[in-house]
Amino acid sequence: MAETHSLQDLRQQAAIAAKVFIQRDYTNGTVCQFQTKFPSELETRIDKQQFEETVRTLNNLYAEAEKLGGQSYLEGCLACLTAYTIFLCIETHYEKVLKKIAKYIQEQNDKIYAPRGLLLTDPIERGLRVVEITIFEDRSTGSGR
Amino acid sequence: MKNCEYHQIDPQTLSTPNPTPPPPPCAERTITRAKRKWEAFPGRNRFCCDGRIIFARQSGVLPLTLGLILVTSTLFFIFDCPFLVEHLTSCIPVIGGVLFVFVVISLLQTSFTDPGILPRAGLDEAADIERQIDNSGSSSYRPPPRTKEILIRQQVVKLKYCFTCKMFRPPRTSHCSLCDNCVERFDHHCPWVGNCVGKRNYRFFYSFIVSLSFLTAFIFGCVTTHLVMRSQGGNGVIFALQESPARYPFSHCQLELVVCFFSVWSILGLSGFHTYLVASNLTTNEDIKGSWSGKSGSEGSGNPYSYNNIFTNCCVVLCGPMPPSLIDRRGFLPPDDAVPAPPLAEIEQPPLEAKSDINMGPGHLSPAPL
Repeated sequence: MAETHSLQDLRQQAAIAAKVFIQRDYTNGTVCQFQTKFPSELETRIDKQQFEETVRTLNNLYAEAEKLGGQSYLEGCLACLTAYTIFLCIETHYEKVLKKIAKYIQEQNDKIYAPRGLLLTDPIERGLRVVEITIFEDRSTGSGR
Repeated sequence: MKNCEYHQIDPQTLSTPNPTPPPPPCAERTITRAKRKWEAFPGRNRFCCDGRIIFARQSGVLPLTLGLILVTSTLFFIFDCPFLVEHLTSCIPVIGGVLFVFVVISLLQTSFTDPGILPRAGLDEAADIERQIDNSGSSSYRPPPRTKEILIRQQVVKLKYCFTCKMFRPPRTSHCSLCDNCVERFDHHCPWVGNCVGKRNYRFFYSFIVSLSFLTAFIFGCVTTHLVMRSQGGNGVIFALQESPARYPFSHCQLELVVCFFSVWSILGLSGFHTYLVASNLTTNEDIKGSWSGKSGSEGSGNPYSYNNIFTNCCVVLCGPMPPSLIDRRGFLPPDDAVPAPPLAEIEQPPLEAKSDINMGPGHLSPAPL
């Protein structure tokens, strides 16, 4: 029974077979949303539902970060009154949600993606343009390059 | 759901496609300190305080802007305030002080904040996009299309490919040739402020021009009041204007009046223009190009980003959530043997090309069976 490897082992020892990039979905404007279309390269590695669930949760988290509501307006008005110096002192709502997103991605990687030889990269490291999924070589099934 | 069995791969037995250089000896690694990402930034920007402060390479006339504001305000506080405090009210320097502080802080924040720069695409991402473009091109005689049409709220918007940043520009993003960066929600590059005005610093820019209009109007009003009151005291306006300490060639009043007179009209006009832009959720770039209005032949081309409500538009643009900086200036560049390559480092540092993932290239990305 092969042991599933931790994320650390994955990064250090595996060879990369391919990278898949999930692009942004602009149908609702410039809000940060990613396409939920299942890429064909992942068909052999992961369940379509699982993947869509991950992307949908990410989209919901980003929507929460950019939500226009009472809290963001309050933050904005307070910032305006203090000549925006408040941004130097407190952590904005957006930054708090980004931390939540980073934790969620870490968790998904540990539980679901790393055991399948995949690695999700936090979109913030790619300028919120793409969700990069690294597909590692899988010796056991003989797939890969 | 097939559970893939994952085996540990021994690096010694792996046949790499090209020889990777041996990892540098430990002694060498401890000598070279870890570099921060701002040191490898590909755009034309300058950084201060170890990456905390960013501004454009050409600071434009920012020193002039700061100088004019400082000089005029200082003259106001030194010469006009004492007189007006004595004859009118002591609120005058307080109001002037608050406005002055607001103006300077907004100006510095506009100049030194990342306007919404998009980091350039990494090699893998760029290769993936190129592959998609090539796949969509029909014949080999025409160059592949470098625009992508998408639907935003039922309206067709064309996304252009940026050759410098190697990606399709998101909507409302434009490439600034002065800073050599793609900036999100690009408004314009302001030489007075010495930086681009984009998504992240538009609210600072707006509060700068609005508070500056108030300040210049206030100083103009106070100086005029001062002159009028002095002239009533005795010998007329001309004498009051000419009155100056012996060592200065120009009267402080003359200088303040001239600066404020010209500033008031231009700054007020600019504030009015930007208030209109904010209320209709437009950028200067879109307004100048006429992207959403009066395009011949296009039907229903309203602004797809507007909420069709002035109040909502204002709230969204000025009080919306503050997006984070995407360029992570103070993050560390990963060492050579790390696996996922950061987008910025690859462009500047040749040794990273030895990494196996980059050399995989598009040729090695075999299409998965459909």
